Amino acid sequence: MLKSVYIILILLAVVAVFNSFISDNLELKIPKGFPAPVYNFKNNQLSTTIFELGRKLFYDPILSKDSTISCASCHQPFAAFAHIDHALSHGINGKIGTRNVPALQNLIWNKTFMWDGGVTNLENQPLNPITHPAEMNETLAGVITKLQSSRQYQSGFKNAYNDTIISSAKILKALAQFTGLLISANSKYDRFAAGKEKFSEAEKNGLGLFNSKCANCHPAPLFTDNSYRNNGVAPDTFLNDIGRGKITQLASDDYTFKVPGLRNVELTFPYMHDGRYKRLRDVIEHYATPGKYNSNADKSLRKIGHLTDKEKKDIIAFLLTLTDKDFVTDKKFTDPHN
Amino acid sequence: MFRRFISLIFFFVLIQITVPAQSFFVQLFHTVGEKKLQLDSGKYFNQLNQPFTISKFKYYISNICITNSSGKIIKSDQSFLIDEEEEGSKKIILPGVPKDNYRSIEFIVGVDSLHNCSGAQSGALDPLNGMYWAWNTGYIFLKLEGKSPQSTLPAKIFEYHIGGYKFPNNCIRKIVLPLQSQTCSTIIINVDIAKMLSIPVPVDFAKYGSITDSKNSALIANNYATMFSVLKQE
Repeated sequence: MLKSVYIILILLAVVAVFNSFISDNLELKIPKGFPAPVYNFKNNQLSTTIFELGRKLFYDPILSKDSTISCASCHQPFAAFAHIDHALSHGINGKIGTRNVPALQNLIWNKTFMWDGGVTNLENQPLNPITHPAEMNETLAGVITKLQSSRQYQSGFKNAYNDTIISSAKILKALAQFTGLLISANSKYDRFAAGKEKFSEAEKNGLGLFNSKCANCHPAPLFTDNSYRNNGVAPDTFLNDIGRGKITQLASDDYTFKVPGLRNVELTFPYMHDGRYKRLRDVIEHYATPGKYNSNADKSLRKIGHLTDKEKKDIIAFLLTLTDKDFVTDKKFTDPHN
Repeated sequence: MFRRFISLIFFFVLIQITVPAQSFFVQLFHTVGEKKLQLDSGKYFNQLNQPFTISKFKYYISNICITNSSGKIIKSDQSFLIDEEEEGSKKIILPGVPKDNYRSIEFIVGVDSLHNCSGAQSGALDPLNGMYWAWNTGYIFLKLEGKSPQSTLPAKIFEYHIGGYKFPNNCIRKIVLPLQSQTCSTIIINVDIAKMLSIPVPVDFAKYGSITDSKNSALIANNYATMFSVLKQE
């Protein structure tokens, strides 16, 4: 009698241990030295099934009107989820947008989204590409109808939310779990900062120059101060994009754009809000030529001043240490439909 | 003894289920001046004697707050989307609010800044309702659409999509309506579009064909702040 009680207890313990291994809970790990995130998943409890649903949606052209464009069409994993070699991206029916695709990484530390900061919450961001006539040109209602008639998604939503109703909030929260966990924090720079790897002379020198000339707007660990600034490039007269000013309606914000984070900058070419520079050295050349800044350029740019050829090369050597190969090849983040 | 105790509990549970908790109702009645609002078919004139028809009238009412005669305040932080096209939406139900002698009712037209920044939401605040701007995140507080021969837009339409919770174009307007001293569980509020198009500033359809999230939206917001009045208490 006693023996069978023991056996049952042991069985229960084994089941409990097993359960803890297959637990559905995903955990947010804040990299060492990173601040508390702005978006903390408090109202969007992380779970593997919801994350996987978000991943599936991210790579699925079903989100676009004619099922040709997915999020990943313009946000490619090997480019840190930017659009490699595209100054401006093409959406549905070959239509072209007006701004360069930003990388998707460390988004939960962003206070706002888009080059102009018009979006204030990670969860609401996908509404823009989904509904924009030059991107996916679809409606939320259209997306929901298509997902409801897909057997795959019927079971995907049921598994994720324990409920068969497909709503806009569930779609947006699932996408936020996937995009929010795109965290890049294992570059050579991070290993150097943790004392695990050494920098070359050029990289070390580049870091020093970066700290004195660039870190004012691009401070570690995120390499952005989340502010909006006029970076000195002349406005494109065809696009005539006034950036932040369109959002705030303040003339003082005209032609300012959000300072982008520089992690994986090697992979996110071309550069600037309109993708006008193809190579990193074009960007450095721009900043090192104060004579060519537009008249409303941010005052902090004046700190940069003249750079020698060696200094320019060293800064680039440092910028290349921000590439995170583990992040851009992470199997958790690749196309699940393949 | 035990059996009696159980049946007593059963009795109370039964009462809880069968007797619904009291509810309070706020009913919106849409007019254009003296006339009842009739989408598309109703023909009206503004103060500048410009004829017009209305095809859409939708708006948010949020954060309703009613104060009773002894100063007790009952607050709701919910948002309600009122749509002329959906009869049911014009009757707001506040469950658990008793019949009482209320001194005043307050609410905002729009959605407060917290709910404008709270991420994906459902119900009245679901972006599916078409009352949401994606590119400059936030809710559209009020939509008034229609036609007037004076409009210079294609098909003679006019379109006012008013929203924005940030300085300097904050279009949230707080409405405070005093109530008559009487016990009631329903307040019927008259919402007069004629006032929205004239007080304090008469809206010229020739000048304002389309207003969406721009400096002119405050003009309409100042006007919609004047369109509410208490019609009846029951």
